[in-house]
Amino acid sequence: MAEIGSFSLLLALALSVYSFVAGIIALAFQNRTSLQPAGATAGRGALPASLEESPLITTIRQASERIGETARRAGIATFAAVLLASMVLVICAFRDDFSIAYILHHSNRALPGPYKFAVLWSGQEGSLLFWSLLLAAYGFVLRLRYKTDPRLFAYASVVLSGVQIFFLLLLNFAAHPFAIVQGTIPADGNGLNPLLQYPEMVIHPPMLYLGYVGFTIPFAFALGALIMKYPGEKWIHITRRWTMVTWAFLTCGVFLGAHWAYSVLGWGGYWGWDPVENASLMPWLTGTAFLHSVMMQEKRGMLKMWNMWLVFATFWLAILGTFLTRSGIISSVHAFAQSSIGDWFAWFLAITLIVFLFFFFKNKSHLRSEHKLESLISRESSFLFNNLLFVLLCFTVLWGTWFPKISELVQGNKVTVGAPFYNRVAIPVALLLLILTAVGPLLAWRKTSLESLKRNFMWPTVGAIVVVVFLMSTPQSWGSAFGLKPWRDISYFYSLMAIALSVLVTLTVASEFYRGGRVISKHTGQGMFASMVQLTHRNTRRYGGYIVHFGVVVVIIGFAGAAFNQDKEMEMKNGDKMTIGPYTLICRSSTEDDNPDHYSQWAILDVFKAGKQIDTMTPERRFYHASQQTSTMPDIRSTLNEDLYVVFEGLNQDNGHPILKAHLNALVMWIWMGVWIMLIGTVLALIPNAPAPVRVPARARMTHPHAEPAVTGD
Amino acid sequence: MNNRQMGRIKCGDSRPRLSAGRAAVSLWARMFRRKAFQALLLSAAVFTLLGAGDPATRFTELGHQLMCICGCNQILLECNHVGCPASDGMRNELMASLTRGDSDSLVEQGFVQKYGPTVLAAPTTKGFDRAAYIMPFAALFLGFGLIALVIRSWKNRPAPAIADGLTPIPGPELEQFRDQARKETDL
Repeated sequence: MAEIGSFSLLLALALSVYSFVAGIIALAFQNRTSLQPAGATAGRGALPASLEESPLITTIRQASERIGETARRAGIATFAAVLLASMVLVICAFRDDFSIAYILHHSNRALPGPYKFAVLWSGQEGSLLFWSLLLAAYGFVLRLRYKTDPRLFAYASVVLSGVQIFFLLLLNFAAHPFAIVQGTIPADGNGLNPLLQYPEMVIHPPMLYLGYVGFTIPFAFALGALIMKYPGEKWIHITRRWTMVTWAFLTCGVFLGAHWAYSVLGWGGYWGWDPVENASLMPWLTGTAFLHSVMMQEKRGMLKMWNMWLVFATFWLAILGTFLTRSGIISSVHAFAQSSIGDWFAWFLAITLIVFLFFFFKNKSHLRSEHKLESLISRESSFLFNNLLFVLLCFTVLWGTWFPKISELVQGNKVTVGAPFYNRVAIPVALLLLILTAVGPLLAWRKTSLESLKRNFMWPTVGAIVVVVFLMSTPQSWGSAFGLKPWRDISYFYSLMAIALSVLVTLTVASEFYRGGRVISKHTGQGMFASMVQLTHRNTRRYGGYIVHFGVVVVIIGFAGAAFNQDKEMEMKNGDKMTIGPYTLICRSSTEDDNPDHYSQWAILDVFKAGKQIDTMTPERRFYHASQQTSTMPDIRSTLNEDLYVVFEGLNQDNGHPILKAHLNALVMWIWMGVWIMLIGTVLALIPNAPAPVRVPARARMTHPHAEPAVTGD
Repeated sequence: MNNRQMGRIKCGDSRPRLSAGRAAVSLWARMFRRKAFQALLLSAAVFTLLGAGDPATRFTELGHQLMCICGCNQILLECNHVGCPASDGMRNELMASLTRGDSDSLVEQGFVQKYGPTVLAAPTTKGFDRAAYIMPFAALFLGFGLIALVIRSWKNRPAPAIADGLTPIPGPELEQFRDQARKETDL
């Protein structure tokens, strides 16, 4: 089996190289033999009209088209070869083929089936193979859809092949997943890292990788459009869906990671500002900025250079994240074992930067903005500030991630850059961003009058103030987020601000739906809800986007709850009580179990609230036989108000009593709900618009018989 | 000539004489600015002093400013390893320091001397460490500056040429058409 896998990888590399080289040759010849290539400005070597029809030129052009077609097919075949290699690795995991070093180190006989499948992305070599597979799959779809714009797709295909070659070189020569074990083959494997033996871990890495890898597609189109000086904004339209789908995957991946950390690591939190977590956040931030600024280019022909940089930065940061994880240059609890592949990534990052800079400076004159800014109070300027804040947040995270290394270089000693740093620096910027999220949708393109802004903004502001007063004046016994006194602690102040601004955003979003729905309702006589549904269907991108914004504020409210978290640790023998917030935990008993995969200890706790039993919780601690590692399995009781999160920390060695830690984490459920809303909004935004009825006055119809329907705005 | 002298001469020489009404407005504006500045200082002081509470609060706050040094990369009070070789001892040390009445900075200094600078969960505000905090805000101001430049260049860009035979529509009428277009298309 290992031979088949190795051969498939070599074949995939050969096919990728062919796709890359033949693609370049075909494009070069097409540029030189065409007078004016379709959809692009002519290259310097373009022919005069007199030569355009000569038989030799026609033959060369036909040959180059055929070469281009073989390059496209080679790209498609690459997918088949990488898929075969991946399937071989998974089959080897299911067959417990410990002659393959990767399977030996990441699987064992007793490992449950789904985790054997997840072995594919559980280690260095397998995850690189998985990355390559996803890239090939994206390339497969792209190459099948080439008829949308053959030349642009051909350029994008060449860029994709270039990236694919890098990963296949890595797989064939630096991190081979089919390396054979030397000497005696052990009877059983070392097992999967226990922290990864959790259902979400089967989904989290694929989602994250789909996000990371997916940003290669907009980058490939952007670089292709830059190289060929693609006229107009069609490439933006083509990549819009790719970008949104990719962004949704990355969002999903980031939050699944947070949920996994929360549910498995047992420290009661979901985000630790670890370099690897930061690595996933950075491309998300620039990708989100790109999703916003791209509208400026579509609608107004502005920010063309900036968008090029954003899309490049997003791709580059995704690779940088992988470099951070794999090189061992930054210490992280998540990092893979240190290896030489960090150097490969460093070179790849350098090469992509040089290639991008070369074409950017060569063709930047093509990227000039087409329109002028008419007013500072406009959608355009709000996008500028929005982009500034997103990029600044990204820079802050990047700076914080690298600062220990920089400090070591400058002053000779490392420092830690943890949550307190990010809370001090990133929270104020995030709050500014939230203000823009509230104001932005109320601003029109080109110009907004101050009067209309005041009119639209007044009621949401009043609503936010009412909520602030309400939260400050209610008794604390109502729940974690009530009875807030912002002067007691800076974290309370930030929380109150975050909740107030979230309410502001929610009300501006609701007012947008209400205003639009009222107009439709007036014209059609439909009910308000039906009108709002129709409104959303007429401009899915805009209203889907608003729903994403709503999801974001729900997530922010969840984050704001962190200020009210409590925890308590106690050694509990049978019958002992622990009180935390409104809950009382009584230890009924503690017990243990053993199976071929792991040995476990757990406590049985009855949970009381207001004197009434409401639940029984069983936090657990496992010891995995194969990997000889311990893992906690916290028990979490979630409500809208707070999570009761109980961890079995272990047994007291002297008396055998369990040591339990209970966390009362406020509003955490809002985070997971918000993510679902964000995803629903994204899916809505991907649905094509319903055609809006166009009412044309009789006179206008007579004078402009070929008038086109107005384009709906975003 | 020092800067203060230069500033005074500039102000005295270049400021035009004000009418009584404008002077009142100017006086009011100055008072408002002074009050706003005072309010800003006060709020800064309030938020700087926040957290200077009882020992339990200080224990929680300082415990979240320190790292466990066992290698788990976790905040001291969030380290959840039973039998962790470091965190229990560190927590006891922290409590002992607070019981002695040590100030926050003295507690942190003690930990740094014993465990090295990586024991602090965030860079200090001294020496090169200050760069950690300065850079993001410097980038923010630089970004604002760049945006100002971009906006200025965009505003100064000549309006797109209009085809022969057409005349530009005057401002109010154009606004009216825009409003109408928004109403009819922006749904």
